[in-house]
Amino acid sequence: MWVYEKKLQYPINITKPDAKAAKIIITQYGGPDGELGASMRYLSQRYSMPYKEPAGILTDIGTEELAHLEMVSTIVHQLTKNLSLEEIESEGFAPYFVDHTVGVWPQAASGMPFSSSTFQSSGDPIADLHEDMAAEQKARKTYDNILRLIDNPEVIDPIRFLREREIVHFQRFGEAMRKVQDHLNEKNFYAINPGFDMNPHQGR
Amino acid sequence: MAMTEQQNMMRRLQVQSFVLDDIRLYLDTHPDDKKALEWYHKYRKLKEQTEKEYVDRFGPLNSFQVDSDTRWTWVDTPWPWEGTV
Repeated sequence: MWVYEKKLQYPINITKPDAKAAKIIITQYGGPDGELGASMRYLSQRYSMPYKEPAGILTDIGTEELAHLEMVSTIVHQLTKNLSLEEIESEGFAPYFVDHTVGVWPQAASGMPFSSSTFQSSGDPIADLHEDMAAEQKARKTYDNILRLIDNPEVIDPIRFLREREIVHFQRFGEAMRKVQDHLNEKNFYAINPGFDMNPHQGR
Repeated sequence: MAMTEQQNMMRRLQVQSFVLDDIRLYLDTHPDDKKALEWYHKYRKLKEQTEKEYVDRFGPLNSFQVDSDTRWTWVDTPWPWEGTV
């Protein structure tokens, strides 16, 4: 289970509303390379990970992604909570506002709703870890693009922190991959699927 | 803007907690690294001290830290998205 802490992983205190920035940054909440998908991906994949250390990495990174989800939604909330109706209209926020007012809802910047079709839980540890390393790079790319589009230092600071964590997670998933391969046939990593074939009732 | 004492203590707690967040992932893939374990124990102690001091002064950060027997103070402390601490 999880225990909630009333504490952000990294401080966020944005004093100026900015609907344009919120519209872009919300994609890291519910978009294709966002934190909700990241967390659900790793927390779903861990059940078919038969080795303890990589299962620890999936659990602990999946948990840290929940903290990042909270950071991204906090940024969106603080960027929108004091918007005037004039700003909502002139900054192009009306199409979001009409459905959600200034509530926080997981969607991509394009308006596409969050979908679990943005990630896999393949039941194959090697396939999953390759996806996880790619996912961290795709999230890093999105933060790089956000940094190209944003000029408010109060927003840039926590976005830089989140970007840096993607790089650390990529490194840790690479190490987890090596640990999984250490358990497999070094001449053919694909000889068995350790997420399926090691079960005595399923193995071939 | 000048930071309040509560904000200052929260920043210290966030720094110490983050060190542990980072070491946790490193230790998952390097469970026998004695140097990293030393850092873990050092920062866990610092974080526990800061957290105790913070909770004693400003109220609970999680729902197992309510000390009052007259009021459920868990709902009184600020939510993190409010940007006040």
